[in-house]
Amino acid sequence: MWNQGRSRLARGLGWFSIGLGLVEIVAPGRTARWIGVPKSRNLLRFFGMREIASGVILLLHHKPGEAAWLRVAGDAVDLSFLGASHLSRSTDKYRLGIATATVGAVTALDITSALVLSHRDRGRIVRTHTITINRPVEDVYRFWSNFENFSRFMSHVESIRITGEKRSHWTVRAPAGRTVEWEAEITEDRENEKIAWRSLKGADIDNSGQVEFFPAPGGRGTEVRVRIEYYPPGGALGAALAGLLGEEPGTQLKGDLYRLKQVMETGEVVHSDASIHMGLHPASPPPESFWNPQSRYTH
Amino acid sequence: MKANCWMGPKNLEVREVPDPKILNQRDAIVKITSTAICGSDLHLYNGFIPAMEPGDILGHEFMGEVVEAGSEVKNLKVGDRVVVPFPIACGSCWNCQQGMYSLCENSNPNAWMAEKLMGYSPAGIFGYTHLLGGYAGGQAEFARVPFADFGPIRIEDGFTDEQVLFLSDVFPTGYMAADLCDIQPGDTIAVWGCGPIGLFAIRSAYMLGAERVIAIDRFPYRLEMAREKCCAEPLNYEEVNVLEALKEMTGGRGPDACIDAVGMEAHKPGLLGMYDRGKQAIKLETDRPHALREAILACRNGGTVSVIGVYSGFIDKFPMGAVMNRSLTIKSGQAHVHRYLRPLMNRIAGGEIDPEFIVTHTMSLDEAPEAYEMFMNKEDDCVKVVLKPH
Repeated sequence: MWNQGRSRLARGLGWFSIGLGLVEIVAPGRTARWIGVPKSRNLLRFFGMREIASGVILLLHHKPGEAAWLRVAGDAVDLSFLGASHLSRSTDKYRLGIATATVGAVTALDITSALVLSHRDRGRIVRTHTITINRPVEDVYRFWSNFENFSRFMSHVESIRITGEKRSHWTVRAPAGRTVEWEAEITEDRENEKIAWRSLKGADIDNSGQVEFFPAPGGRGTEVRVRIEYYPPGGALGAALAGLLGEEPGTQLKGDLYRLKQVMETGEVVHSDASIHMGLHPASPPPESFWNPQSRYTH
Repeated sequence: MKANCWMGPKNLEVREVPDPKILNQRDAIVKITSTAICGSDLHLYNGFIPAMEPGDILGHEFMGEVVEAGSEVKNLKVGDRVVVPFPIACGSCWNCQQGMYSLCENSNPNAWMAEKLMGYSPAGIFGYTHLLGGYAGGQAEFARVPFADFGPIRIEDGFTDEQVLFLSDVFPTGYMAADLCDIQPGDTIAVWGCGPIGLFAIRSAYMLGAERVIAIDRFPYRLEMAREKCCAEPLNYEEVNVLEALKEMTGGRGPDACIDAVGMEAHKPGLLGMYDRGKQAIKLETDRPHALREAILACRNGGTVSVIGVYSGFIDKFPMGAVMNRSLTIKSGQAHVHRYLRPLMNRIAGGEIDPEFIVTHTMSLDEAPEAYEMFMNKEDDCVKVVLKPH
């Protein structure tokens, strides 16, 4: 909920709404006179409550884009109210005019923000996977905290460089022989419980994620629950295409966790005569040329 | 090296392929001295199991001599003679620790494929489709054996290959079929299928204390082997109505447990047989469960149906009403071979059983395609073919 990936825009709008709402609730009379509708102080209290609600939703809802449209709806109500107020005789037309223009500007801003946030929602892919590993929680946590272990089971990671106490630089293979890079930082680290991370500004692909460790019931070891979020270039369509190529991070996540389990339980990633090849290959030993240094031993 | 490769349904070729190498440090390379053809290999031969690639090496019943061992294999050395179990098990996952070795959680690198079809993946198996790992099989001169420090059993001197080869698959599988029946003193067991699995199931049922074992098949030579070598009472289902015969033989109660050692290519003459074959041909049904249906209907109330015959997908017209209303227990699984290796080796060493009795043909690896055809068509009284690669 308090998603570290929540953009500053969403957070800004959220707190703005709450602030405005508080003003309308705490000082409805003064606010009403100030915008030119001195007789409508009770109505302003309702508007205040609505603003606070929008703000809270903007801060908490997992799809900030949807919440931003709530603000736009509220703006529409405000504009209709202000418009109707122009017709009443007891309103201050000058102040009302300014208020209407201001709300008009805010509406335009809200619509733009809602569009941006919605686009971000649609473009965002969330993947989760859970696996049980027959080792104690401390062992699994310790293994995961050491970034150097990641290349042992993450098939698409080319390299990870530690660049600071909580920072690392990742180079990851992408479809069509490209690589993508980003700088990541650990945002949360609770021993034997949870590790969370996110990519920093300038990442080729925005992404964040978390892993949680729970003791599995009945002495079965550790449950590892991973959640990753990323904004694929090319949006949802791009992600679907990558999926067809077997390169989508969600599928990779599942495969990576299986390999993590193999490494922690048996010592190595388990290979078959077919699995060492990318794509289809008969279940038969590979030719001598496969073992040349130039050939890619992918897993 | 030479290897028997699947090139398509009913199309096998013994071709020259590269020698296997160590891929994981717990691997060993085994020079194969004897290897056998399994009834389940016939399902691959006939093209009933998906996820095969032309060029796949077949075979999962093999034994031989260790010629190379990975650096983490501490209990085997070059020159050791070993029999290799057909499921590949790591020994450290929860299922392996529970003794469910054919459910090893780590040995199928293509687990995602099996999950799509079955929900979760079982263990990887030698030479048995990419669904179960894409491992090269043992009908070859050499094989790479993963987790060699956990699976293979070392054989002492004094035993021929044929006496111990069947520890790889058919003997433990037949034994587990009987083991799953939870046999009590006085029990009558009925076994459908008198191939190698059925024959070992019959012998194992007696070993586990059954009073009577009834064997069901349609080939007189197989029924004769069941009667003569395994002391079963034979029933030919083409000559008698099996359900009625079983009722009569058991005082109207029905057998206490029924073993389906037939599986997905069950044969049934007549209209019902054509129904299943027809649906299978147009892919509306992947397996033909005739023996299974009969075993369920024949079993006494409250009894156990032990399903050891191989099924790969979905079946039709399953008598679930009989199962539920009559308190039947169905137990099944790919054999957890590792569980039975030592106990059954001890029984062989103790003279209780000589598994060699099922061998009817010994041929060279080059003759593998002919051997499959003969085994499939039950020609020349064929029960079990052992192939010699060297």
